[in-house]
This record gives sequence, structure tokens and C-alpha cells, in this order.
Amino acid sequence: MSSIEKLVPSGSQTVGPFFRIGLEWMAERAPLLGEGAEGRIEIRGRVIDRDGAPVPDALLEFWCSGGGQCDDSGDGWPRGFARAATDLEGNFAVVTMKPKPVGFGDGSMQAPHMLVLVFARGLLRHLITRVYFEGEAGISSDPVLEGIAQERRGTLVARRVSEVAGSYRWDVVLQGEQETVFFAW
Amino acid sequence: MANLSTVRTARPETQPEFNYPPYVSSIGRSPRMPLVLLPETPTEKTGPVFGHGLIRNGDNDLTAQHEGEPIGERIFVHGRVVGEDGRPVCGALVEVWQANAAGRYRHKVDQHSAPLDPNFSGAGRALTDHEGRYWFKTIKPGPYPWGNHHNAWRPAHIHFSLFGAGILSRLVTQMYFPGDPLQPLDPIFNSIPDESARMRLVSRLDMERGEPDYALAYAWDIVLRGTSDTPFEEARQ
Repeated sequence: MSSIEKLVPSGSQTVGPFFRIGLEWMAERAPLLGEGAEGRIEIRGRVIDRDGAPVPDALLEFWCSGGGQCDDSGDGWPRGFARAATDLEGNFAVVTMKPKPVGFGDGSMQAPHMLVLVFARGLLRHLITRVYFEGEAGISSDPVLEGIAQERRGTLVARRVSEVAGSYRWDVVLQGEQETVFFAW
Repeated sequence: MANLSTVRTARPETQPEFNYPPYVSSIGRSPRMPLVLLPETPTEKTGPVFGHGLIRNGDNDLTAQHEGEPIGERIFVHGRVVGEDGRPVCGALVEVWQANAAGRYRHKVDQHSAPLDPNFSGAGRALTDHEGRYWFKTIKPGPYPWGNHHNAWRPAHIHFSLFGAGILSRLVTQMYFPGDPLQPLDPIFNSIPDESARMRLVSRLDMERGEPDYALAYAWDIVLRGTSDTPFEEARQ
């Protein structure tokens, strides 16, 4: 590959406030998994800005690697991918299959997680983060979490909502003291 | 930790900064803590695959979604999606959305007083073919005012969303039109510091691909991160 001169990737621009026109169709699909289905999880949360104000025009995309381990359909919809937009109060909800542990690439394992892309008016480039799940055995030894300062790791862990099985709470803080960990790209 | 390479960061100046104060909304919504290097694990090396079942005939024709034709300048927009190695990205999902010819979005948040067009929704989608090509038929969007600063107007643009091979190739951007005098005044366009990277967001008038007595064409090629060889999730057969 090194002999081929690399082209520079096209520049990113904000998704803007009107992305629902073009992107919401994929968030509108009825969840394949009915309530109580095996492996079904629901993540609810809120996207907030520097002032703790809700971000009503954010779009989250969830990616879960590991073929066949996630959401499975036969009509052209991608497996392991889900999209959710925030409402006027900055709230989002996404229903998907609970990810399984995934290899790290060196023989060790990562705790179940999803990669999350965050788009919003005001974000000229999207943000990349990850969500893990409270109570999973591998969390304390996850190689990616281990690389993050202890006091910030919690921002990547969705908390169990005790009264409902498979229900999690995870907020995304774009800026401030409780700022979510975002990754460089 | 194992010796995995980390996700590569963009070449300096070719992507916008997260915090770009001339674009006022970026100030309170962009992170201030240092971004963390992410090892490139199987999660980062794979990505969603979109099947042809998702796209219906006509999804790439924004002028044929209603009973009548929308008002405005009919145009074709086409181009190629390639990876950093210059090779085509096939089966890339391309989603577009835009304002109508008067500069108004069909969206409840858009308060601009310009009229809606009952024959224009402003959304389309397509999958690239085996040569990485896409095309849309639409109408040229109008510029519109926004609240960023006094007398701020967005240059005419079409929003593009793309998925290539692997989730890291994800790109959301905007395509602009050649010769638009609003571009030098627009903080979103100017958030990309490198001039040549910025100007690559401007499409080119393509007299070869237009149709005489019918429509002009604009050509716009897109380069996604990674290559077409990036391993990704097997497509469901």
C-alpha cells in the first residue's frame, strides 16, 4: 500500500438541524425485537451540552461488531447498526441486541460494547465514543477502558435500570466536568 | 495493553476543528477534554453493510416523489466515491437532504419565511455501483438565512451522508456549488482550514453529463477514509 499515494479524505461538515429529513427513515424502523425477547436491550439517555441544556438535534449511531451477534434481518438492513435521534428534551432511545464479548485483536477479549457516533448541529465533525454495560464481567479488564483515566471510565458505561430487565441508562455529555470520553480520529 | 495501532487521526488542516468559534453552536457543544487515542480493534475495523433491499427505484430522484414537479432549477448531481487508495467504494450508502429552491427545508424547526413546495420533500438515497458511482436528480437548493451572526446566509448546499467499508469511513458533509459568492462568508464552509481541502467540497459544472434543453449537471467526487479493502462485516446473502 505504501507505494500508492494516498488521497486526502473529504472534509466533514455539520449534520445541521434538519438531518431528520434525510436520515430519520432508518431510525423509524419498528424494533425487530419485541419486549421480553432474548438478548433485547434498550438504552435510553439524554444528550446535553456545556450548560447541561438538552441537545434536541443530535443523532446517535450505534455499531456493534461481531457478525451475527447483533440485530439480524433479511431485508437489506444492516446487522449490528442502529440510529436514534434526540427529541425536544434531548432524549433518545435505542433498542438492539446485547453485544457479546469481542476479540481485541491480540487474543485477549473486550467486554461487550458498541461504538457510538455522535452527530449534532454544532458538531463540524462527528464524535466517536463507546458504550459498555454495567455488570458485565469483562469490564474491569477491558483493554480499551484500561487505557482511560479511572475517573472518566464511568462516562462510557450504561447503568442498569433495575426495575426493567435489559434496560439501560446512558447520557452523552458533549462538554463540561462530566464530559463523555471521546476518541480521536 | 497489547501493541495495537490506534485509530489514525486526520491530516492537519484537512478537517474542521471541533471548536470553531465563528460557528457559534460549536462553542458549547464540542468537547474540551483531550480526545483519547482508540486502539483499532475488530470493532473499529468493521462496519455496517447496507443491502439493495433498502433502496427503492426512484429513491435517487427527488423531483419525482410527488404528484407534480417541484419548482426550481432541475439538476443532476453525480460522482464517484473512492477510498484513500483511489479505488472505488462499491455499495456505499449515500443519503442526501436539502432545502427547496426557495431555501426552505421541509422540517418543523425551519422558521424561514420562504415558501414550502408541496412537490418537494428534499430527501434521497442511493447505493454506489461497482465503480463507486452515485447519481441524483433534484432541484438546485436556494441559500437561506440563519441565526449565526448578523445577516448570515448559508451558501446553497446539499447535505451528504456516506458509509464506506468500515465504520471509521463514516462521513457526513455538504456539497456546494461553483461560483457561489456566499462561500467565503460562511463559517461552516470555512471551518476547514486547508484551502484545497475546503474547495474539494465544491462541485463542478459538468456539461458532459447534463441534458440539453432539460437539466444541468454537477459532478462531485468523495474520498472516504480507509480503502475499499478495509475488512468489514460479511454482507448477508
